Amino acid sequence: MAKRIDAANVTAYYGAFKAIENINITVEPKTVTALIGPSGCGKSTFLRSINRMHEVLPGARVEGSLTIDGQDIYHRDVDVTAVRRTIGMVFQRPNPFPTMSIFENVVAGLRLNGVKKKSILDEAAEKALRSANLWDEVKDRLGKPGAGLSGGQQQRLCIARTIAVEPQVVLMDEPCSALDPISTLAIEDLMFQLKDKFTIIIVTHNMQQAARVSDRTAFFSIEKTGDPGRLIEYDNTQKIFSNPSQKKTEDYITGRFG
Amino acid sequence: MGETPHRSADAGTGGTRVTEGHPWPAGASARVAEAPVSTRTPGGPGLGGGAALPTARRFGAERAFRGLTLAAGGFVLVVIAAIAVFLIAKAVPALQANTESFWTFEGWFPNDAQPKFGIGALAFGTVLTATLALLVAVPIALGIALYLSHYAPRRVGTSLGFLIDLLAAVPSVVFGLWGREIFLNPVRDFSTWLNTYFGWIPIFGGDGPFGRSILLGSLVLAIMVLPIVTSLSREVFLQTPTANEEAALALGATRWEMIRTAVLPYGRPGILAAVMLGLGRALGETIALAMTLGITFNISFNLIESGGNSIAANIANTFGEANETGRGALIASGLVLFAITLIVNITARAIIYRRREFTESAA
Repeated sequence: MAKRIDAANVTAYYGAFKAIENINITVEPKTVTALIGPSGCGKSTFLRSINRMHEVLPGARVEGSLTIDGQDIYHRDVDVTAVRRTIGMVFQRPNPFPTMSIFENVVAGLRLNGVKKKSILDEAAEKALRSANLWDEVKDRLGKPGAGLSGGQQQRLCIARTIAVEPQVVLMDEPCSALDPISTLAIEDLMFQLKDKFTIIIVTHNMQQAARVSDRTAFFSIEKTGDPGRLIEYDNTQKIFSNPSQKKTEDYITGRFG
Repeated sequence: MGETPHRSADAGTGGTRVTEGHPWPAGASARVAEAPVSTRTPGGPGLGGGAALPTARRFGAERAFRGLTLAAGGFVLVVIAAIAVFLIAKAVPALQANTESFWTFEGWFPNDAQPKFGIGALAFGTVLTATLALLVAVPIALGIALYLSHYAPRRVGTSLGFLIDLLAAVPSVVFGLWGREIFLNPVRDFSTWLNTYFGWIPIFGGDGPFGRSILLGSLVLAIMVLPIVTSLSREVFLQTPTANEEAALALGATRWEMIRTAVLPYGRPGILAAVMLGLGRALGETIALAMTLGITFNISFNLIESGGNSIAANIANTFGEANETGRGALIASGLVLFAITLIVNITARAIIYRRREFTESAA
């Protein structure tokens, strides 16, 4: 259920602005990889290029090669919706569909794929909610609006919605930045469990979080505003946080950045 | 930061979480508490005070403004009440002079010595033309709005949107003239065609003449409400949170599926509001209908035979030669029109209110 991601010389643009340049990363299956770095260094841009969400913005485009188990994500014949089903995404702010119930939110992706049978939907919803550690909290109010949950519950609902379609890879773009510490803890615990099944790539501003949850860490940085973001160092998380090989990485993680 | 740091470190607002009996060293929370003190301007009381609190001013701009807004709000109520009293006072004598039933009589002769007039046919025509106009206009308007908001390239969208808005600026009398002189011909041909092939359906039956019919009036009305519904629903669609659109796309939705999953459900109350505004315009439309309808006083579902009438069109057509009772009768018909619009609006609001906490599936 998990696949390997290979990025080679990935460069992404917003119109004329080059946001990231020549990123090379290999992400192994069933691992958690953290992308860290200062604001504007292109972590999120890179993350969004992995499931082709980058190109949703007007004028945005990606160059270079991104493959999932050897298959080119950006190939002309590849169906972009299939890419996004294979590589799911959790966003920075919890974004449940406001007009839908908790249940409908979870099965939204399945419905998009044409699943209509109630029994299959019920089963998938319970499985996804259990995986997201949300089942016990919401099982008695599945028909209530998803937007009525607390922020942390909403984010777990969004995770349930993402994993309900059984993707291979789950991308998380600062999933805890809008949450309080207790909800953050719940999501981090969840990540530990999810990596048995999925390849997880997480963008975070929080270095402690990166250190806690990830197996591998990639540090991105920019020279100055307007320059494209580059990958500075990519290694085992323990190595990055204890003995980084680059001076810039060390400066950043010890707070001596800039 | 060599070792894995403690969990409390990621608490941005750590100070608020600190309660008695927590096991961590107090250092972290103490620093949080100190922070604001150090940012204060050193020496002398700043804007934040330092001296004793001054007393509140008794008469200031705050109070004056409050009085002003209260007066403005009250003024609206007074105007509405005055209008209502005036209308009812004028309508009641005419209604008392009516020798036929105001609700069921099909005809309008309030200026006779024995006044006879009934609202039924007029109210029916009003509701029928407005409903038909919306049935035609709303699907087209939603289509245009979705194209403008989610499909069209930005430049095309802007100029096309401008053109649509321009359509709203055309005076209704111009629409009436155009409908009566030019649009009449294709509609008449179309009506004849409908009558030939679908004459077995009652609404397309009859022996003619065709032309200045409910159909012509409704189509002209449809063109008139199209810009309102289009531009309002376009605004609503544009306000769909990007986060929700991206959520749908990230689940593997195509653009149309994204619209169905995120945009339309989010915009539903707004669409309803847009439709209601369109309906309001269609119900109240006067001169265009007065010029395009056949002006008869019978209740008939036949859409293509010359005929049809509406409350507002009737007021415009007959006010000129109305006597005292005639004017009273027209005012009474105006009150009925007001009641219809009120009911429509209340219904719409009730629907929106009932759906404010959606639990329904949208996909």
